[in-house]
Amino acid sequence: MQPIHLAWVDYTILLAYVAFVVGIGWALARYMKTSSDFLTSARSIPTWVTGLAFISANLGAMELVGMAASGAKYGIATSHFYWVGAIPAMVFLAVFMMPFYYGSRARSAPEYLKMRFDERVRFLNAGAWAVMTIFMSGIAMNLLAKLLHLLLNWDYGWSLWLCSAVVLLYVLKGGLTSAIYTEVLQFFMIVLGFTPVVWLGLKDVGGWTVLKGQLAGVAQNPAALALNDKTFDPNAWSSAWKPLLAGPDHNPMGVDWFAMIFGLGFVLSFGYWCCNFLVVQRAMAAKNMTAARNTPLVAAIPKMLFPVIVILPGMIAIALGSLPAKNYRIPPPIVSQESYAKAIDAVRSVKPSVADPGVTTVGTALGKKVYADRVEALISANVNNKLTDVQIKDGLYNCIAENDYDSVIPSLVEKYCPPGLLALALTALLASFMSGMAGNITAFNTVWTYDLYQSYRRLVLDRPRPATIIRADGKSEDVTFTLKDLGDAHYLWMGKVVTVVGTLLSIACAYFASHYSNAMDVVQLVFGFVNAPGFATFLLGMFWKRTTSSGAFYGLIGGIATSAVFHSLTLATGNLPGIKGGYLHVVKEYSSEMAQNFWLAAFAFIVCFLLTVVISLATRQTKSDEELKGLVYSLTPKIKDENQPWYQRPPIVGTVLIIACVILNFIFW
Amino acid sequence: MGLDIRWPIGLMFTLIGVLLVITGLVNGADARSLNLNINLWWGGVMLVFGVLMLLGALRGKKNPPVN
Repeated sequence: MQPIHLAWVDYTILLAYVAFVVGIGWALARYMKTSSDFLTSARSIPTWVTGLAFISANLGAMELVGMAASGAKYGIATSHFYWVGAIPAMVFLAVFMMPFYYGSRARSAPEYLKMRFDERVRFLNAGAWAVMTIFMSGIAMNLLAKLLHLLLNWDYGWSLWLCSAVVLLYVLKGGLTSAIYTEVLQFFMIVLGFTPVVWLGLKDVGGWTVLKGQLAGVAQNPAALALNDKTFDPNAWSSAWKPLLAGPDHNPMGVDWFAMIFGLGFVLSFGYWCCNFLVVQRAMAAKNMTAARNTPLVAAIPKMLFPVIVILPGMIAIALGSLPAKNYRIPPPIVSQESYAKAIDAVRSVKPSVADPGVTTVGTALGKKVYADRVEALISANVNNKLTDVQIKDGLYNCIAENDYDSVIPSLVEKYCPPGLLALALTALLASFMSGMAGNITAFNTVWTYDLYQSYRRLVLDRPRPATIIRADGKSEDVTFTLKDLGDAHYLWMGKVVTVVGTLLSIACAYFASHYSNAMDVVQLVFGFVNAPGFATFLLGMFWKRTTSSGAFYGLIGGIATSAVFHSLTLATGNLPGIKGGYLHVVKEYSSEMAQNFWLAAFAFIVCFLLTVVISLATRQTKSDEELKGLVYSLTPKIKDENQPWYQRPPIVGTVLIIACVILNFIFW
Repeated sequence: MGLDIRWPIGLMFTLIGVLLVITGLVNGADARSLNLNINLWWGGVMLVFGVLMLLGALRGKKNPPVN
């Protein structure tokens, strides 16, 4: 892709957005009086705002870019991440789990674990969270800076520091409320910014029926677009369930239905939506219990419809690629100028013969997989050096048989957006990256301040200390004293300091990610190990009162260890043993990385669940029933909402949402 | 929190809507957007959305929610 030149209207719109988010931070600054205002929004925000922020925190840029990529790679089956992997878990969170998160008056998810179990479990969870949020925001900022460099030819370092500075400015001023408000702004930016792109793309292809027809052709020969080496039935890209039920060899994801439903639909999905503090924090900022419970339900409505904005572009991209008249391809991975120069030389100098038409020579010079027929055509078109360097370079670009799927969204934006609309789409992208960073920073500062710093102070520094006083008359007296309690102002200060520190650490992580792409895979992998079993801990803690602190702690560690061992013993077909798994010994080979991940999650969950149950039965319960009131299902009075209108009652709304979701699955069966 | 979020949303989308409508009127249709004047049309949609948000905020100011 060539860098895009922005018109004055584009700069105005970009600047207006930045001015508004910073302005929101400034307007909110005068309400930030206590640490609770800053870190938890003092539980004061209406439902529709927390609901949209809830979904927006999830609809980060990586989701947007990544789901469009999956839409191209796997077709409509990507919607399982929405209709199987999100809606049921969101309803479960609203109906069953939110009463404990909100009702316990915990300020964070790790703090719930402290109330339910003990400091050990909290520390394990909070520590993993603190590290994870920093890395996630670093990864997001790295991608943003790379994208700005690629699209607009802005300097990587400048883009990174500038965008981080904007985020820091509004989070530091307005705290969590600022982050939540900008997430709502981002939600509307994304919906309003990408709808016209999708609509234009669909119109260009020729409508839904033509799209499905093209996808059927692609499915039978995906190698023509470098999508997949196998061939599939015509419905592999356009049906959600039929290729899945036919088995892992019949769908491009390479997964079976059990891994999909149990691994993704149950463990990964519930683990993410119900225990991920980044999203749960949004619901915990709601103004009352009803608002908190309705937050995930409000969020579920747009979530159900998002495939139109995020998955359809990927499908449009491959349909366009299969229509030669449209002159579109998913951009290939970036090739350096030196490699292009070498490949141009190769095209000019190669002496084609029947035995060796020169494809290998050009491919090696380019350093990428190439389409043999296109290279041959290019070489024969250049007979007697008829073509210019630029023409050969353009030809080589189309010869590369690899796709950079993450470029689907930027390339469609570039293809369809005139100045004006272009800025809208770019701003939406920028907004989602920045609010992704803001979301992680606000989760980080809360977990750090309350769960790590404050709990450490209370355990170690503020602990009552024995002392012996010798009075003037010579008699001695035993007393206890504590170091001076620093009060809330100190924690507000700490929250702000750690916001700055967190931003700086994220920038460091972004540089780190830009230099060692493998290191990022390792980090994400390790977090995958921690996340999957965590859901078992929360589930047992909330719904089985016999769960003990030791059971939860050792069960969780066992679950994490299981993930690591499972990963070292399995491998996806086509990968080499190493970071992708199987480095100890390959016991089982899966047909795709996705299948490997789903099964890993399933195993880690089951082991954590069973270990927690067994150890709990073997150890003594340290908390009394009175202490567990409000924290465990059987010891908490049921919420009475019979006198509320039906649309305010989570069980009813949840049921309606599940039915709607089932209907959607049948429509695209 | 004291600030009604509908104010910034309404103001921002009204502004962007107006900017897009002007761009659409000045530049006309573009070959990229299939010869549709997408800036004008979509700018109009955003303008309506922005104004509706502002009206909502105005109503919220007149009838503050009872806590």
